[in-house]
Amino acid sequence: MANVMEIYQLLPKTNCKECGKTTCMAFAVDLLGRKVKVDDCPPLVNEAKYKANYETLLEMFGSVKDVTETGLIVHNEKCIGCGNCVVACPVNVANDPFGAGSGKAPTSDKVIFKVEDGVVKARNVQECRRFGENKILCVACIDTCPTKAIEFV
Amino acid sequence: MTGEYYVCTGCALLCDDIEVETEDRKLSKVHAACLKGVARMKGCSDPLECTVDGEKADIDSAITKAAAILRNAKNPLIFGHGNSSSEAQKISIGLAKKTGAYIDDTSSFCQGPIVEAILQDKLRTCTLDDVRHKADVIIFWGADPSNSHPRHLSRYSYFPRGKERQRGWEEDRTAITIDIRKSSTAKICRDTRFYQIPMSADAEFMDAIVSGLSGKIPKTSFDFDKKRILELANVMKKAKFGVICVGLGLVYSLEELEPLFKLMEKLNEVSNFYLIPMVGQYNMRGFNQNLFAETGFINRVKFNSETGNANHGAENSVVEALKNKSVDAALIIGSDPLSSLPLSVARYLTEIPLITIDPCQNLTATRSTVTIPCALGGVEAGGTAVRMDGVEIELKKIVESDNLSDKEILTRIMEAI
Repeated sequence: MANVMEIYQLLPKTNCKECGKTTCMAFAVDLLGRKVKVDDCPPLVNEAKYKANYETLLEMFGSVKDVTETGLIVHNEKCIGCGNCVVACPVNVANDPFGAGSGKAPTSDKVIFKVEDGVVKARNVQECRRFGENKILCVACIDTCPTKAIEFV
Repeated sequence: MTGEYYVCTGCALLCDDIEVETEDRKLSKVHAACLKGVARMKGCSDPLECTVDGEKADIDSAITKAAAILRNAKNPLIFGHGNSSSEAQKISIGLAKKTGAYIDDTSSFCQGPIVEAILQDKLRTCTLDDVRHKADVIIFWGADPSNSHPRHLSRYSYFPRGKERQRGWEEDRTAITIDIRKSSTAKICRDTRFYQIPMSADAEFMDAIVSGLSGKIPKTSFDFDKKRILELANVMKKAKFGVICVGLGLVYSLEELEPLFKLMEKLNEVSNFYLIPMVGQYNMRGFNQNLFAETGFINRVKFNSETGNANHGAENSVVEALKNKSVDAALIIGSDPLSSLPLSVARYLTEIPLITIDPCQNLTATRSTVTIPCALGGVEAGGTAVRMDGVEIELKKIVESDNLSDKEILTRIMEAI
């Protein structure tokens, strides 16, 4: 996924405030956080000179649909169901040490990741260590994924 | 969910923690299995039909015709077995003995040499459960389990917590990949633990590691960073329980196993190392063990039809037998040699009477005189199978099927001869 600067470069950079944000940079940050849509920037949609940039941004954000409320995305088309994230996730290990933590199929309902039909499904995402009051930048599931199918936005 | 665990037959890992939901004699949902396993367990999109000479036929006439083909052949070939239960394999071996057939499986151009060395006690091996509970240094050599055995790392070798490895992969385990390309597994092991070597340089790299383990300066003709080899040798030396997962890349690269024996010997002098072959098909090792128990050889056997003696040799392998055109009929069980073997070798199969037993339609079946659909092993039929590390696993039947299991089909062919 692109970083905020790359997104900013694709925006009009005029700080016109038509979207309701103070600056284009603020819009870029919200776009990355999925709080606004690409179409919320009127000049980008309406003016012909931004057409190429508009399409690039749509491509970037168009394919991402099922974002969970905590910003965790599983790209189903990339996932091979290896279960590395299921076993590596510290929350899964804490909640299900003899199932998911030991490499076996999860036996608890409290796990975040679970493989169904060969694709990992995220649930109980509010338990994830990246969210809540004492959040930390945990990358256990991203680092261990061989196909880079998990992403946080 | 049924609350009952089944075994996945997608690969030789035979994961036994699979829960399923069924609907109308089909699996509608599979829990915990990887994509590869799900694809196999959900059954084929194009099932095989029962045919004789390209025409639809009933199972009885197909079996009669198959038996006639084998009876009239002087030197039939029986090939496949990697996707059959041990029970079916044993009957297949009996059938080969009765008809004086060549009998072989995919191990003759796959993990055969390694499995043979293990069964002959020339290489030290352990079970995957030992790996999960104890292993601290895991080496994937010429193997990419992230693609070939997706759950290998998560179930046994790297990520899970075990009895003596309670702190997880970050602190308790070191995974190393030695390969000619940066595979998906290499990416997980990170750059510092990835050793990229040129093609066919595995034997030389092993010698370099042996030098490193002996305290000498490791030299290679491809000028590999000596410090990195010494670093690797050091990690191996300090291992409490090391395991080398041997992939096809290594097997194909070695002309003989001597360098591997030398490495394992040296490793066990200074450290504690085991070896596990990364077997592909779910019961290939089972076939090797069954044939070994019967004849003392793991594959490439030709039975004498009169005395029942087994001759073993490279000339009896499926590839050589087809190349020399020394077979005059073939029975293929759960395999697709026309797709998996080079066409120059496999083309001869289309010139002789061919029998295919398989759950799914495949290229070999389209060229077969007789095709007999069988129940899908581990889903529509039970039995036992041998995991890649030699542990026997019981397969349970999950759903009913109209098709006979390969064991029943082979038994009936045997009776009809």
